Amino acid sequence: MSASLPLWAVLGLRQEEYLKICEDLGNEPSETVLRMYAVMWSEHCAYKHSKPVLRRLPTKGPHVLQGPGENAGVVDLGDGLALVFKIESHNHPSAIEPFQGAATAVGGILRDVIAMGARPVALLDSLRFGWPDEARQRYLLSGVVAGIGHYGNSMGVPTVGGEVYFDPAYSGNCLVNSMGLGLARREEIQRAIAQGPGNPILVVGARTGRDGIGGAAFASQELSGASEADRPAVQVGDPFMGKLLMEALHELYKAGGVVGVQDCGAGGLTSACVEMANRGGVGMEIDVLQVPRREEGMLPWEVMLSESQERMVVCLERGREAEAVRIFRKWGLEAAVIGVVTDDGVFRVKEGARVVAEVPVRSLADGAPEYTPDAREPAYLRPLRAFDFARLPEPEDYGDVLRKLIASPNIASRQWVYSQYDHHVRLGTVVGPGGDAALLRLPGTKKGVAVKIDGNGRYCYLNPRRGAAIAVAEAARNVVCVGAKPQAVTNNLNFGNPEKPEVYWQFVEAVEGMAEACRALGTPVTGGNVSFYNEFEGRPIYPTPTIGMVGVSPDVERHVQPGFKRPGDVIVLLGQPEGAHLGGSEYCWVIHGVVAGDAPELDLDLERRLQECVFAAIHQGIVTAAHDVAEGGLAVALAEMCIQALPEARGCRVTVPLGPGRADGQLFGETQSRVLVTVGREDVERLRNLALEHDVPIRLLGEVTADGRFRLAVLQPSPKEGAALGRSLIDLPVEALRREWQEGLERWLVPGGA
Amino acid sequence: MTGEHREGVTGLPNPRGEVSGMAKFGVLVFPGTNCEIDVLRVLRDLLHQDAELVWYEERDLERYDAVILPGGFSYGDYLRAGAMARWTPVIEAVYAAAEKGRLILGICNGFQILTEAGLLPGALQRNRHLRYVCGWTHVRVERTDTPFTSAYRKGQVLRIPISHGEGNFYADPDALAEIEKRGQVLLRYATPDGQLTETANPNGSLHHIAGIMNKAGNVMGLMPHPERACEAVLGSEDGCGIFASMIHYLTKGRVFHVG
Amino acid sequence: MRYKAEVRVTLRRDVLDPQGSAVEGALRAMGFDGVERVRVGKWIELWLEAPSPADAQSQAEEMARRLLANPVLETYQLTLKEAGDDR
Repeated sequence: MSASLPLWAVLGLRQEEYLKICEDLGNEPSETVLRMYAVMWSEHCAYKHSKPVLRRLPTKGPHVLQGPGENAGVVDLGDGLALVFKIESHNHPSAIEPFQGAATAVGGILRDVIAMGARPVALLDSLRFGWPDEARQRYLLSGVVAGIGHYGNSMGVPTVGGEVYFDPAYSGNCLVNSMGLGLARREEIQRAIAQGPGNPILVVGARTGRDGIGGAAFASQELSGASEADRPAVQVGDPFMGKLLMEALHELYKAGGVVGVQDCGAGGLTSACVEMANRGGVGMEIDVLQVPRREEGMLPWEVMLSESQERMVVCLERGREAEAVRIFRKWGLEAAVIGVVTDDGVFRVKEGARVVAEVPVRSLADGAPEYTPDAREPAYLRPLRAFDFARLPEPEDYGDVLRKLIASPNIASRQWVYSQYDHHVRLGTVVGPGGDAALLRLPGTKKGVAVKIDGNGRYCYLNPRRGAAIAVAEAARNVVCVGAKPQAVTNNLNFGNPEKPEVYWQFVEAVEGMAEACRALGTPVTGGNVSFYNEFEGRPIYPTPTIGMVGVSPDVERHVQPGFKRPGDVIVLLGQPEGAHLGGSEYCWVIHGVVAGDAPELDLDLERRLQECVFAAIHQGIVTAAHDVAEGGLAVALAEMCIQALPEARGCRVTVPLGPGRADGQLFGETQSRVLVTVGREDVERLRNLALEHDVPIRLLGEVTADGRFRLAVLQPSPKEGAALGRSLIDLPVEALRREWQEGLERWLVPGGA
Repeated sequence: MTGEHREGVTGLPNPRGEVSGMAKFGVLVFPGTNCEIDVLRVLRDLLHQDAELVWYEERDLERYDAVILPGGFSYGDYLRAGAMARWTPVIEAVYAAAEKGRLILGICNGFQILTEAGLLPGALQRNRHLRYVCGWTHVRVERTDTPFTSAYRKGQVLRIPISHGEGNFYADPDALAEIEKRGQVLLRYATPDGQLTETANPNGSLHHIAGIMNKAGNVMGLMPHPERACEAVLGSEDGCGIFASMIHYLTKGRVFHVG
Repeated sequence: MRYKAEVRVTLRRDVLDPQGSAVEGALRAMGFDGVERVRVGKWIELWLEAPSPADAQSQAEEMARRLLANPVLETYQLTLKEAGDDR
């Protein structure tokens, strides 16, 4: 970097920001102060570009105990139980060092959950990589998956679900979003607050080194080929330390006297302390000499901004220090009193007796300017949306298309990924990875918590508003498909550089779409994370809002899964009866190499009715299997139900009545608001009545068979009045489909594969 | 007291864990252990046993009829899985308990600790494919005349999950021959119909070994997690038989010969 | 006196080394055709205080034998030198 630039510019601050800092302070900041501002006012910490837009999201609901603004959101589960959940991204660190980047993502999200007073009970991950034909993408995937497993497995927290998609749009900037869930009794919930002048501030857990200094600033830049060289020291996660820290904190909570807790994430001690003081409306004084260190000769600002992992800041009631130290020592950890709460609203950093920084808490925590940059619809949209799908050749062999689709790395079994994660520990996993959503039972009740993480970058690229709404709708639909009622959302908004009007437009549109869907489905947003600057050499990723949806099942015994259960069961399509939405479909990408058109239409009112209908049907006990129709459309959804069927129910015979137009769009198009269910013959009438009651279209497609074949025919409207032409399109052994599906992803990853 | 003796009697414990009688279990907790609560839940809530957690600094296990070393990542699995836990104070007490014929069961990381401690032969090295692996496996019961397996039928195939990165059982050829000759292998990875095929072996273990016991027959280690297979809602009840067998042995003082 | 011990832990010759095989395969794939065989092990450095080199040697031996290597799978080689201020 050029030596002629002033420090504030080197640190990534804008001139107007620097001037505002001078104004807030009444003088020019020292280097220490300036460095603290640079981190606290980075996009990553201050949400400068996103705050005004995020206010448009609905955040309140009768069951929301904690909305945005704390370490994590909280919803009421009844029976005195509370569910804590939050999602975070670690995109840039993972692009540089996939194993540690992903491991520390998991560590961070778990500490956010722990800081709320909860026991972590589940993890999920949303991952995006470039197409796996590139060796680097396979390297990133392997490293990220191993890193997630490394941390989550060791912590004893099951990774119960997730999603992974591949698209060249993510080649230079992978996405790693990690979601954590925790359980607590309502009265056990902690806050990230410092209060009570005179109360001690402690740092607990690991010692402080120079790791990751400037990580928040790094996350607020675009990646480039040069990033590898000028990156900050990679943070290394230590899950063993993380586990001990979790146990020690829970012991401390039980002992009492905890005023507030916060994880040392981006911005390290500075961010944790300042945010806690700001929430409490107090000041704070910290002595860096009291911070246990791993390295010698650290400067005050290095101590204050280090992002060493496995550390938390705790505010205790006065007089409780000795007990805390004893508890942490039992677990082999350090707990050091590093400061005290004051009443002057000033954040004061000292090195022994020498004051090295004095800053108003409010300015540092909340004073960053908010930006509402220009927004402009990207020029690429118009031609893409005008794409004429009739130009695509109609496939001759539909069976061949189905085999190719089911083997796509975006559809094939994710077993290679999730088999590296412990998904059984804690004895709560009723439905684990591979289901439409994960379902966890709640100890001591009949109830369960369902959770799904979902997003579709391609849809959002074509239509960010609708794409984001679809992500919400689909996540909720998945939660419903295991028998739960959607409750609330956490989101991770992954976008490019918001200073580009096209990117900012995508962002605003996506948030609007998300807000609409969340309102329509009654699922408020309790918090989340914004990750901007996801670009590589100037090319932004697809706008990728990731939705973490939680729901509650009144009775986990009543859950269903996608696989067929009984031969003779009737296969029923609930929801949109017809549709041929090829825009952004996996079919267009895999078979024709095209990403074009518009995202599928979404009728949020129908969506809500459909979800209520499926929920009711599952809890009346008449549904034997349920599956959301998603990537690959109706044909792929049916094939997935066959493949995952019980051995005695592995087959189906269905006839899809076609509307006008080609069969490929109707079989592989990704029309929204559709759920496939199976019911016993004797229950068809009850299901029909339920559908009628909820005003949901219902279509009987065929039946489950035991003959091991996947048979799909279509009924084509004939030119002649009143007649319809039946035509068999696909007739394949389920085993052949199963093999394609099972090996589709592995083939890329296991040596000796394709 | 050894595991191979006594005549068959009626009153076979039900593999679902419907047992009568109560034994006292100590469930060891090392720094990094993470399955202790699961084991405790099965013993207390499902099997109604007297069970409690025991911190790794404890030096006396006299009061327990059986000691369980649960799964997890003691000391982060750093250096080698189980290597450091093996040198903690409680292990001396485990030696003493084993010596006295108490039952010792090591699950996953517990199995690794027991081999590191020399209470069981062999070693568990990194999975052959080098990846951590979690999922359902099938294991075939090789013997039922032991305190750990009497609830099962010989040749019965159990569906029990595994979750480990270092579960690849190894012993040098002489040691392996010895283990086989003495009938110390209790469980082998198999297909659902009991075949020992290559694909049924999830980690490369020699002779498909999933669980073994010591010569005396009172110490068992296994990589699968039986505590995760004790309730139908979680996918299987097959693992309960291990605990049921132990309880039966401890409360009725005998082992059942079946099949 | 301050000593530095370096302990090289390798898998016993007869034990399968899947990490070594994987690295070997990767190196070949990168075009290093001359690679014949790869073995992967661990390298442990430790610093200790001891009254004499012989004492340091025997302490380090015992550490390696009891904890650092597992004789069922691994062998080790130990080198010892005076450390001074070296870290």
